[in-house]
Amino acid sequence: MSYHRSAFWALSVAILRGFLRDKASVFFAVIFPLMFLVLFGGLFSSQDQSKVDLVQVGDVALVDELPDGAREAFEDTFEVTRSDDLAAAIEEVRKGDADVVLEQRGDELIAHYTQTEQVKAAITQGTLRALVDGTNVALSGEPPRFSLSSAAVEDDSLTTIQFVTPGLLGWAIAMSAAFGAAATLQGWRQSKLLRRLQLAPVGTGTVVAARIAVTLTIALVQLAVFVGLAAAAFGLQLTGSWWMSLPLVVVGTLCFMAVGLFAGAVAKTVEGAVNLANFLVLPMAFLSGSFFPLDGAPTWLQRFSDLLPLKHLNEGMLDVMVRGQGPGSAVVPLLILAAFAVVITALAAKLFRWDTT
Amino acid sequence: MTAILARGLIKTYGDLTAVDHVDLEVGEGEFVGVLGPNGAGKTTLLEMIEGLRRPDGGEVRVLGEAVWPRNGGLQARIGVQLQASSFFERLTVREQIHTFASLYGVGRAPADEWLERVGLVDKISTRVEDLSGGQAQRLSIACALVHDPELVFLDEPTSALDPQARRNLWDLLSSINDAGRTVVLTTHHMDEAEALCDRVAVMDRGRVLVLDTPASLVRGLDAPARITVAPGVLDHAAALELPGVAEVEHDDLDGIVLVTRDPSTVLAELATSRRLDGVRVQTGTLEDVFLSLTGREYRA
Ligand SMILES: Nc1ncnc2c1ncn2[C@@H]1O[C@H](COP(=O)(O)OP(=O)(O)OP(=O)(O)O)[C@@H](O)[C@H]1O
Ligand SMILES: [Mg+2]
Repeated sequence: MSYHRSAFWALSVAILRGFLRDKASVFFAVIFPLMFLVLFGGLFSSQDQSKVDLVQVGDVALVDELPDGAREAFEDTFEVTRSDDLAAAIEEVRKGDADVVLEQRGDELIAHYTQTEQVKAAITQGTLRALVDGTNVALSGEPPRFSLSSAAVEDDSLTTIQFVTPGLLGWAIAMSAAFGAAATLQGWRQSKLLRRLQLAPVGTGTVVAARIAVTLTIALVQLAVFVGLAAAAFGLQLTGSWWMSLPLVVVGTLCFMAVGLFAGAVAKTVEGAVNLANFLVLPMAFLSGSFFPLDGAPTWLQRFSDLLPLKHLNEGMLDVMVRGQGPGSAVVPLLILAAFAVVITALAAKLFRWDTT
Repeated sequence: MTAILARGLIKTYGDLTAVDHVDLEVGEGEFVGVLGPNGAGKTTLLEMIEGLRRPDGGEVRVLGEAVWPRNGGLQARIGVQLQASSFFERLTVREQIHTFASLYGVGRAPADEWLERVGLVDKISTRVEDLSGGQAQRLSIACALVHDPELVFLDEPTSALDPQARRNLWDLLSSINDAGRTVVLTTHHMDEAEALCDRVAVMDRGRVLVLDTPASLVRGLDAPARITVAPGVLDHAAALELPGVAEVEHDDLDGIVLVTRDPSTVLAELATSRRLDGVRVQTGTLEDVFLSLTGREYRA
């Protein structure tokens, strides 16, 4: 038994060394997805914190006479400066130095803004309209009949980083598992190492187990690095049952190793196998919401994405890592991923040949 | 006990019969060489015996056990160097042989010893991708022998080696054979087969044409001896008159060649007339046997 263990360890160490010494693999498995994390987490999230620069020209009674509570909310959204020169202020907006110019002519509140900053334009318009409506209601003396209070379904702190970390992690894991399996299978076949191993007294099971152990180790390191960096640098906050991401990562890895085995079994060369894995995983990442949420996508596309294993990995991880769902929410994604893994592995095994010929 | 017992082995690839009804029996402790032109079926035959390819017909028993299906107990007792070297990517020489050693449950110290025996001590921290062809071949041989197998298969082990490495490998193979290990190798070097092998098999087009000791193969060829006499020592007419000479050939560089089936008489005659200086005698070689059996055309 210890004999098989020594073979298992020796193979695992050999595979891990081969991976760590392959700079391109390490880059694409770890560094490349981290670059996306820094990009999305660092650059895009800073945008939703920045205030709208508002230039107030002359007296604007509506704003000047805001009650305390409303004023606070107003100042959360707008950074107010004052000016007397309307033309100069509008020029500032045109050049992008300010976001909006506000003036009042009689009972009319006029906002000059530029459409190039769409997000800020929308915020400006919405906030000011709410302000005007609210004031109108208050002046009418009647209590408002309807009220709308909006509350995000997600935790209040669900900022960009909360969204992108699980999705990008899903993509990173899918990519390194699929590439690793595809490249190993084809590489070992090309180099005839598979045949040499066939001659050694190690079972196919030991060889496969070693490859799986290494890929799982890499995936768990990816998880730690991703969550660690996102938490330390960009304020990621994990919710209660985040630990369920561990089984999700494990089963997701197995599933995408199967995708890689499939690519490795079909393709005739190492490059072919890696390209095929890429061809399968990259579009899947887009369609599974790894890079941006699918909420705005057409319904047929959302239904289609349900057929992709990565979608379920991403959803499962979002649920347990940031949406505050209980551990039970990961069960269905886990089962779906496991089913994908079994089916794809069976398909790969059917297509597999020991030899290139 | 017999180390290898193969009966009626057949392997076909489409229309091509790569190995055609081959019988082979190798005794324990024997050193057997397989010769044959490119594409003769040597590698295919060996791989069927090793259990790497499944024969389309016939049966093989190795060390008393069936080769199919894969049998871990048997695999631990045989060592194989494949014609194409195959290594784990990006490992150093030392890591490579340690990995193979672990697959056979062998420790690091004996593995390091093998690196010494094949002369790779200076290269232990070189990655396998950076080895020269001959160095890679030596590493591949060391990896095949690391678990001290009872039966060793080597497919053209010396094809990429320099003369030093080749001679050293001969010594190494002889020593493991002397220690009771059975060795089967393929080669294109006739001198190698003659120097090392107890018996050689000559294959062509999937068949074993002969299987015998090198000496009896050469004897069986019954080739005339060729005695070369230095230029100017003998003229054509005198040469033809010597007793026992069947034919006389002229060679511009070397002088006159006397072809004879009775070299003793011819040499005695040359000795009495004091014409032995610079004489060279060539009897049949394994190469002659090989060429007479397989002809001289290129193989596909
Ligand atoms: N996998 C394969 N598919 C199809 N044909 C094959 C295959 N392997 C070998 N052959 C053919 O079988 C024949 C025997 O090949 P084999 O490799 O056994 O020759 P060999 O005697 O080892 O030659 P060499 O001296 O060049 O190594 C060749 O004609 C070869 O083309
Ligand atoms: Mg060959």
